[in-house]
Amino acid sequence: MAVGTETASAENLASELPQRQHRTLWGDVWLRFRRHNLANVGVVVLVLLVIGVLAGPLVYTVDPEYSFIVDDIDSINQPPSVKYPMGTDDLGRDTLARNLFGGRISLAVGVVAMFVSITFGALVGVLSGFFRRLDNPLMRFTDLMLALPSLPLLLVIIMLFRDSLKAMLGPELGIFLLVVIVIGILGWMPTARVVRGSVLSIKEKEFVEAAVSVGTREPVILWQHILPNVLSPIIVSATLGVAAAILTESALSFLGLGFPSNVPTWGRLLFENKDFITQNPWLVIWPGMFISLTILSINFIGDGLRDALDPRQRR
Amino acid sequence: MGQYLVRRLLTIIPTLIAISFVIFAVLDLAPGDPTSALPETIRPEIRQQIRKAMGLDEPFPVKYGLWMRQFFVNEPLSLIENAFDIQIGDGEKRLRVTSWGRRGVPVMDMILERVPQTLWVVGLAYLVAIVIAVPIGVISAIRQYSIFDQVGTFISLIGYSIPTFFTGLLMILLFSVKLKWFPMIYDTNLQVVDWKSFVEQLRQSAMPVAVLGFFQAAILARFTRSSMLDNIPMDYVRTATAKGFRERYVVIRHILRNSLIPVVTLIALGIPAIFSGAIITEQIFRVNGLGALLIGAIQLNDIPLVQTLTFIFACLIVVFNLIADVIYGILDPRIRYS
Repeated sequence: MAVGTETASAENLASELPQRQHRTLWGDVWLRFRRHNLANVGVVVLVLLVIGVLAGPLVYTVDPEYSFIVDDIDSINQPPSVKYPMGTDDLGRDTLARNLFGGRISLAVGVVAMFVSITFGALVGVLSGFFRRLDNPLMRFTDLMLALPSLPLLLVIIMLFRDSLKAMLGPELGIFLLVVIVIGILGWMPTARVVRGSVLSIKEKEFVEAAVSVGTREPVILWQHILPNVLSPIIVSATLGVAAAILTESALSFLGLGFPSNVPTWGRLLFENKDFITQNPWLVIWPGMFISLTILSINFIGDGLRDALDPRQRR
Repeated sequence: MGQYLVRRLLTIIPTLIAISFVIFAVLDLAPGDPTSALPETIRPEIRQQIRKAMGLDEPFPVKYGLWMRQFFVNEPLSLIENAFDIQIGDGEKRLRVTSWGRRGVPVMDMILERVPQTLWVVGLAYLVAIVIAVPIGVISAIRQYSIFDQVGTFISLIGYSIPTFFTGLLMILLFSVKLKWFPMIYDTNLQVVDWKSFVEQLRQSAMPVAVLGFFQAAILARFTRSSMLDNIPMDYVRTATAKGFRERYVVIRHILRNSLIPVVTLIALGIPAIFSGAIITEQIFRVNGLGALLIGAIQLNDIPLVQTLTFIFACLIVVFNLIADVIYGILDPRIRYS
């Protein structure tokens, strides 16, 4: 290739540059994410669900605990109608109102439990990946936690501490904290492993070596160079962590060991209404559908994020 | 290999001790008290004596030590005695872990009673899942982005996103309530004696097996597909194709054999979940298995039974982790044990 053409193309490039839009790291991620169709569907569905449970009770002001038997003796186990958009349950309570209210708690449990598990998992992962001395003990600890049977242990812990926490913080807050903390504590291990792996590989990269060679101190290297680069696995496992936490909470409630009966989470609604499945199938279809849609859309988003954040796919 | 095995077996011991400690400690903090179920008319001093006789007032390390002895010495001895119908030492005087719920019944006997139901339902589901998932995963990987692949991937994503307690209820709704094909509740007392009762057994197992199998198949199919996709672009595949082998031969003899290594490991790792993970499915269809036993024990505050069950689940996880590692090494000679 002749020297002349090369400079010419370089000039061309230079003249093109100002016109081209400035691209940022997160802008690229967004562009790639937008190309993932299922993930976009997931975002739309999830946003609708979140808006629904947050704003729904403000618009649809029926009390989830109010029994319509008081007004009309026939208002039990009603199918969806104009008066009761999703029908009523065996006590004549409005199913839509209960599902809206239950969704708030289910989603809140998912998000808060995810924060607990991600914080803990990322901390353990970063520490054991970065500090060689901590690696072995922390990873042995992680292995030990992974060997614990999580669902049985979860049930046992909830059963044991339910009453004392209820007495201390009241039935709603007490159970909420217990469920969230226990789900978080029994769910951080996969995150820790993934994060540790990323930290180990990034630690060997040239830019870290360069930072060390100019005398950057360890905390700065960790904070400025390593952490931003392990953000993508953390984001992906945080997304999937919300789904896992919602699923676990629903399973607990479904077994009757989650929230008390006056706090209708989606799982709890399934548990309460599963015995009325022959009389009024809508009672289980609605909450089950909401759980499934939430999990499905979060999993789609997680898949999309993984593809978008994976630098190997960058063009 | 032999050396590695010995070393891994040795690391199992501290792991199990640590796990048993965690489980024992968590349950020892329990506010539950076995004497609380006794009648109110029993005088406090007698209640105290009962507590003492049960060893509840001992300090924590003593209780833990005694429990360890019961679990690791007495129970295995009794199991061996029962299995081979022999007498080792004084079997009558040997203290066994007994239930608080069904007073005096050794928990091991209660657990063994429940194993067949769980093994039948959940084991069958696992087999069905493997038989369905592996071919689907393989075909979707070979025909990547085809209609089959897209439909298969979508269905498997749905299968693993919809919780088993919802699919279970939907199946009951469709097949028991509307179509009346299958019974709603699993009848554990059904004896398989002739063809008719065997058909009945299959009918009542169909829904629990389908629910669990669908969920497991979704996970396995995804995993098989991505494992195949990892291997398809490899050089050895191109070499085999270049040598003129037919596609079917390359896929089965070269790609599949290598791709199945991690799949087999995943299957081995999933076996402990056969025993513990079916809690929810057993609850939906009222299968009287180990999961139902655990839930019942938790509701009755039957601490010894809960301890034993949880610890057995943990042991299974540890053992199958080891088995998975060993299988991986046997199937893949490139793995070196160092």
